[in-house]
Amino acid sequence: MKKETTNANGSVETTRRRGIPRRDFFKIIGGGIIIFFRPWGALDIFGTPAEQRRSLPTDYNAFLQIAEDGTVKCFTGKIEMGQGIITSLAQEMADALNVPYENVKMIMGDTDLCPWDAGTWGSLTTRAFGPHMLAAAAEARGVLLDMASSKMGVPVAQLEVKDGVITDTKNNKNSVSYSQLTKGKRIEKFLDVKPLPEDYTKFTYIGKSYKHADAVVKVTGQAKYTGDLKLPGMLFARILRPPSHGAKMTSVDYSEAEKVAGTKVIRDGDMIAVLNENHDLADMALAKIKAEYSFNEMPVNNQNMYEWYVKFNTRSEVVRSEGDLETGHKLSDKIFESEFHDPYVAHSPIETHTALAQLEGDKMTVWASTQSPFGLQDTLVRELGFTLDKVRVITPFVGGGFGGKSPAQQGVEAAKLAKLTGKPVMVVWSRDEEFFFDTFHPAGVIKIKSGIDKDGLIKLWDYNIYSSGTRGSETTYEVPNNKTTHHSTDRNEPSVHPFATGAWRAPNNNTNTFAREVQIDIMASAAGMDPLEFRLKNLKDIHIIDCLKAVADKFGYVAGKTPSGRGIGVACGADAGAWVAHMAEVSVDKNTGKVKVIRIACAQDMGLCVNPEGATIQMEGCLTMGLGYTFSEEIFFEGGNIKDRGFDTYEIPKFSWLPEIDTVILDRMNQPPQGGGEPAIIAVGAVIANAIFDATGARLYTMPFTPARVLEALKKV
Amino acid sequence: MEKTISFELNGKKTEALIDPGETLLWALRNHFGLTGTKFGCGMGFCGSCTVLIDNEPVRSCQLSIGEVAGKKVVTIEGLSTDGKLHPVQKAFVEHDALQCGYCTPGMIMNATGLLIKNPSPTEQEIKDGMEDNYCRCGAHKRIIEAVQTASKEMKGGK
Repeated sequence: MKKETTNANGSVETTRRRGIPRRDFFKIIGGGIIIFFRPWGALDIFGTPAEQRRSLPTDYNAFLQIAEDGTVKCFTGKIEMGQGIITSLAQEMADALNVPYENVKMIMGDTDLCPWDAGTWGSLTTRAFGPHMLAAAAEARGVLLDMASSKMGVPVAQLEVKDGVITDTKNNKNSVSYSQLTKGKRIEKFLDVKPLPEDYTKFTYIGKSYKHADAVVKVTGQAKYTGDLKLPGMLFARILRPPSHGAKMTSVDYSEAEKVAGTKVIRDGDMIAVLNENHDLADMALAKIKAEYSFNEMPVNNQNMYEWYVKFNTRSEVVRSEGDLETGHKLSDKIFESEFHDPYVAHSPIETHTALAQLEGDKMTVWASTQSPFGLQDTLVRELGFTLDKVRVITPFVGGGFGGKSPAQQGVEAAKLAKLTGKPVMVVWSRDEEFFFDTFHPAGVIKIKSGIDKDGLIKLWDYNIYSSGTRGSETTYEVPNNKTTHHSTDRNEPSVHPFATGAWRAPNNNTNTFAREVQIDIMASAAGMDPLEFRLKNLKDIHIIDCLKAVADKFGYVAGKTPSGRGIGVACGADAGAWVAHMAEVSVDKNTGKVKVIRIACAQDMGLCVNPEGATIQMEGCLTMGLGYTFSEEIFFEGGNIKDRGFDTYEIPKFSWLPEIDTVILDRMNQPPQGGGEPAIIAVGAVIANAIFDATGARLYTMPFTPARVLEALKKV
Repeated sequence: MEKTISFELNGKKTEALIDPGETLLWALRNHFGLTGTKFGCGMGFCGSCTVLIDNEPVRSCQLSIGEVAGKKVVTIEGLSTDGKLHPVQKAFVEHDALQCGYCTPGMIMNATGLLIKNPSPTEQEIKDGMEDNYCRCGAHKRIIEAVQTASKEMKGGK
């Protein structure tokens, strides 16, 4: 096999991969042309949870391979959890290499094969990873053209590529295919160049609608999720959990559990696990363990939490400030003060956290439903004492993440137990565990003081965030005097939350957009102006203005002052580099407080849209999922005791909730691509709150809008 | 105690020496290797473990293998015949009525059961019939459209 190893800049490769040895890598993937790359600073480091952050590797990792049969394999540390990148990344690769879309195979989330990646979150795949992938493809295409040029005896400039075949433009009988060029060769190229901005208009696959590439395997039950894997001798493990996050075990008796046929009980420090080849028997054994606990709970619950957060988040940091609030006060004719509340919300993917671990010799392999395979690999190195090259994490299809599968505690649990028992161990969290260990969307309080002058121009904006985060807290509107302050706790201080919190689809933006857009609506109504007109008057950002106009057009919006009794709401915002505007129509039953969303529309500017069908599906998903945090999702708790442990009390959106949904994606083919997995969810709460006000004159300041809260607000009208 | 259980599984007469008390869901997944039937909550709330028993959609996490003795069980793997997708599966692909795909087998089995009972459901009847199958990604709109399309095809395009 001919072997050629050079850098893109001509120097011979000297750095070694940090993961598995090269020979093992090639044993797995075979020959052809392989483009390696080194992640640059720009690649996916923002949005990385601190616990999973590691210094960026300086070595090279495979990025794409043109195999000997002409198949293009694209390696990415990203994972597929329903967001559709298995389809859209393949489209991009097909375009960049001029191969048929069907020839591209995505290899995802395998730490031994794929380039390092922080994780799949923040709607970053297309906007941050995509350009690097295109640069790698351009490099590969260059290699192939050079090879074809020498083989055909024709200068590169005279060659053209179509569907993986390179042809002499002056003699179309003189041609060679990618597979003919790569057969029996192993060419490694090391890419060091930074990607350049692309002209996306030149592409053919990009911008065209493709259906989910994984649809057929998913409708036939063939698609493998972590829990669907099985290894010889595999044991199911159930782990004893405390009743509350503030509980400490004082005594335990597992003698009865050990009597359940085929059960092994493992105690390792605080962890007590029962293992059985039969899932039901593991369940049964777990139920037989008797344990007692002492409790030390924070005196906070879902009733008093909002006062608690304002009281204990004492570290104030000004996030942004322009002009001077005093001046803003003076210029304002009317001042408005509001306080908004948003509770803890669960991720509730239908697939619970699952992992399978196997120790072979000194190498640990963990299959896990995780948004961060490399993050889990790091955690395993840290907590189990493996070296990096002795831990492989593989991510099969993931059954929903939404931010909740960035942490992968279940992977550590499975690996520990596999190490202790010497057998393959499967950990499938129960629904109860999924709720208990969820890293909830953090509860938060937003206080806003704002002012408008006689012409309806916003002159003052004093925005204060307590406990939740700053994403989406940009003022958005043109306000000469504005200040945004984030009130949190010091990193060294204990958390004010009695349990873990984390990123939830468009983290914190749902809270901030709810507060901002309701406050805007309050001012529009007080100014006696149509809420769309008020927004357009106070906006300069052309992206949001275009989205508002597009959604108004799609919705058939007719201007009117609020409350008009019609039940129509407007809201807008920005997230993950994209812009969105929403309109909704609701009906409110004033006797029961029940709200029905009749229709909802959303216009989105996401720059270039790689797969319009995939992006539309994401928008529909956002609008539907958003109804949950708007109407029902709220974690009840007492200290560290999570009271919602299942779908019996925690209600997620159902078919009967479904409104008519309309979506518009603005044509921005000449703009760089932006995020698409999250933006459309951010304004669902706000647009519905504003629609309820328009219907009834009742203002809602606390999400979710349960019938009880709607009735309470109606009393104040 | 293990016992021989006889039933029809995906059109085939099946006998298994198994603890009749074992949950049908885990027996299907772990004993028969039919992992298309998913665990979602184990309490009958989410519907991702739905299978057909004598043409009725049933939550396999709420039933023991012993209870299906003598009955006909169809899982997602048994829905397509000779490599040809069932009209409901085909409609789910056509409408892109899925995202993460984890609830999809349960959705398809439930929709199939619904259409066997009521071949011409109204949109409201589809929503009512699918109500207790949960999808977290928010594919509901397309799932309803897919069931409508499948209903037409199953009636021969009438």
